Amino acid sequence: MTSQDGAAERSSIERIEAEAVNSARVRQPLYVARKKIFPKRASGQFRRFKWIVMAITLGIYYLTPWLRWDRGPYAPDQAVLIDLANRRFYFFFIEIWPQEFFFVAGLLVMAGIGLFLITSTVGRAWCGYTCPQTVWVDLFLVVERWVEGDRNARIKLDKAPWSADKVAKRLSKHTIWLLISVATGGAWIFYFADAPTLFVDLFRGEALPVAYITVAILTATTYTFGGHMREQVCTYMCPWPRIQAAMLDENSLTVTYNDWRGEPRSRHAKKAAASGQLVGDCVDCNACVAVCPMGIDIRDGQQLECITCALCIDACDQVMDKTGKERGLISYATLSDYNANMALATGGGSHAIDPTGVHKPDGRLSDKVAHFHWNKILRPRTYVYFGAWALVGLVLLYALFTRDRLDVNVLHDRNPQFVVLSDGSIRNGYTVKLLNMIPEPRTVTLSIEGLPGALMTVDGIADNAEGRSFEVPLEPDRLRSLRVFVRLPAERVDEESETFRFHVEEAGGDETASYQANFSAPEDM
Amino acid sequence: MSEKNIDDVTGVETTGHEWDGIKELNNPLPRWWVWTFYATIAWALAYTIAYPAWPLIERATGGVLGYSSRAELSQTMEAAAAARADLVTAISEKPLADILADEELRRFAISAGAAAYKVNCSQCHGSGAAGSAGYPNLNDDEWLWGGDIEAIHQTIAHGVRFDGDDETRFGEMPAFGDILDPQQIRAVSAYVHSLSGEGADPALVEAGSTVYADNCAACHGENAQGEPALGAPNLADAIWLYGSGQEAIAAQVRSPQHGVMPAWQARLGETTVKQLAVYVHSLGGGQ
Repeated sequence: MTSQDGAAERSSIERIEAEAVNSARVRQPLYVARKKIFPKRASGQFRRFKWIVMAITLGIYYLTPWLRWDRGPYAPDQAVLIDLANRRFYFFFIEIWPQEFFFVAGLLVMAGIGLFLITSTVGRAWCGYTCPQTVWVDLFLVVERWVEGDRNARIKLDKAPWSADKVAKRLSKHTIWLLISVATGGAWIFYFADAPTLFVDLFRGEALPVAYITVAILTATTYTFGGHMREQVCTYMCPWPRIQAAMLDENSLTVTYNDWRGEPRSRHAKKAAASGQLVGDCVDCNACVAVCPMGIDIRDGQQLECITCALCIDACDQVMDKTGKERGLISYATLSDYNANMALATGGGSHAIDPTGVHKPDGRLSDKVAHFHWNKILRPRTYVYFGAWALVGLVLLYALFTRDRLDVNVLHDRNPQFVVLSDGSIRNGYTVKLLNMIPEPRTVTLSIEGLPGALMTVDGIADNAEGRSFEVPLEPDRLRSLRVFVRLPAERVDEESETFRFHVEEAGGDETASYQANFSAPEDM
Repeated sequence: MSEKNIDDVTGVETTGHEWDGIKELNNPLPRWWVWTFYATIAWALAYTIAYPAWPLIERATGGVLGYSSRAELSQTMEAAAAARADLVTAISEKPLADILADEELRRFAISAGAAAYKVNCSQCHGSGAAGSAGYPNLNDDEWLWGGDIEAIHQTIAHGVRFDGDDETRFGEMPAFGDILDPQQIRAVSAYVHSLSGEGADPALVEAGSTVYADNCAACHGENAQGEPALGAPNLADAIWLYGSGQEAIAAQVRSPQHGVMPAWQARLGETTVKQLAVYVHSLGGGQ
């Protein structure tokens, strides 16, 4: 067989288009390792704003439990206290009983609608500035930079083999992180007990086990999430980015790379311009990528990972200042402005981005370029959000300032519903609960209204004498449960069920409360 | 599967699933995620070693920590018992009058008594203690054997007409069907019925009053107000243990029913019986 024959034979075998499903060429990794991120220190107006927000939020978190608020001798003097054991929530001048928890629910509704409002106007501001994850990661990064240096030093240290210096740096960094974590976990429990007392007990080892367990858990989560997980928490664990992205519209401000003026980007702008190529404002210095705590490139467009912390704006503005170009290559911009400017740069989409369309000959931006104007915030969507938010707020305020501090609840005995007494009169039993919701002792008058001829006895009051009205002393900030019997003489009974009211009136005050109750009698009377 | 579906925008492979034009990206999971998953598996295995878990033929594996929910329950019960030991001791030691006078002790006795009542008494007297025909209502103010705290305690402790207790309450009404003739029974029933203000034939009532004075007043009293020492009920009030109306009264005169209540002292112990007495006393009729 000649080689020619062999070739002919081979060519007669059809090549089938098939490939193993798991061949290395098509196989995608199932799992990816986290890529290390070494955010560079940014400086500028947004960084400054973030420092301020960080100071305020951390200050509120750590210091609030230590604020005092005088409520008299019968209530704790901690301004903000969640007293789980006694089921009370104190917030400055407000004291909430468990049945008033709707105030907290209302505040959560307001927070939800407020988030809609904020997100529809200034994008993911919550994520970028005030989210605890963002704030604590920022705090941990401050420590990391202080111990290990800025981005380049940290990359170098990370690659360097283990040495005494590296061990010392890593050890001190993690120690400080852990201390911050303990302080974070420690601050949390002070909201649930008297802070100064608990502080002493904590160090003496006399606090409840739940206190130490809570501190331990929050220390672990703070250290893990702030030091090790960081952006992974936002990208993979948090549902917020998904939800918030759905609230944006074309008039919402988002951190935007304005490629209509930045492209084509060039590292050697002058040389490229001299050779007649089109050159945009972006010098491809990657400063925006280096400062990003999420490790993304904003120039790839809006993306799930972006928390809109705006540090890339600060980084880019510095570069623009150096290159003598106008700030705002990366800026807070709305999609509608962006689209208008993009149309300008591409001649309505007829050609690739041409920077000359949006620039004047002297390199400044053209007057036709659309800029954000604050009146864009005022639009039907934000009116509705603000209206709903304010409405809930006003309802809550109204409820707060008109709520009862004296209340009565009545449970009618169901078994037996009535008792026939030896003289033929009918007796009904009730559990009457009197709520004195102020931290002062009070005396109230409990009386029955309606049901003529009926008399009541109150267990433990006035030696169980019969009458229609009794003085009942109430302890400060407590509920008093009373067994009450109401007796109606046989000749006064005329219906199987009659309504009347238990009325409570503050002695020497003007607060009243009443509760409608039923009086039951046998059918055949 | 040999075709790769690549999403145009992200350049990421999709799963090939599409819903109304929306495709599912097949991004790889972060590696720590899978480690978390393995950690939960390891935790589950460790848990089954540490705690009772695997069912075997005789019993489940015990777990190396020796945990048992039954032991935990008895610990909790012991702790609860220890927490109220002072109150229980006080109740067992103090006389009933002192318990009633001490508000804290009384409240505790009422709740403990209510619990014991639900288990031991509700079968006959009803869960609301309202009784039924033949079983006295404990809420009202008529007491067959006395309604002060000591009398109630005595009744609960030793029962009524109970064979197994020497101190039991005892009193039996003779069957007047053998003693009186039917006409007399009709008359005395009409008389008794009239005592609680109900209408009856005046002639019968007149005749009945004589029959009553001769046969009934010895136990039930001249004014028919009853005699707790004998368990003879008040016949002049609105409360009827075996039903009101002349027929029901006549039936009871002819051949009386006698309810029996067990003695509880031996079964429940002195402390529980005291608590029950305080509870029953608190229901509204206690004297």
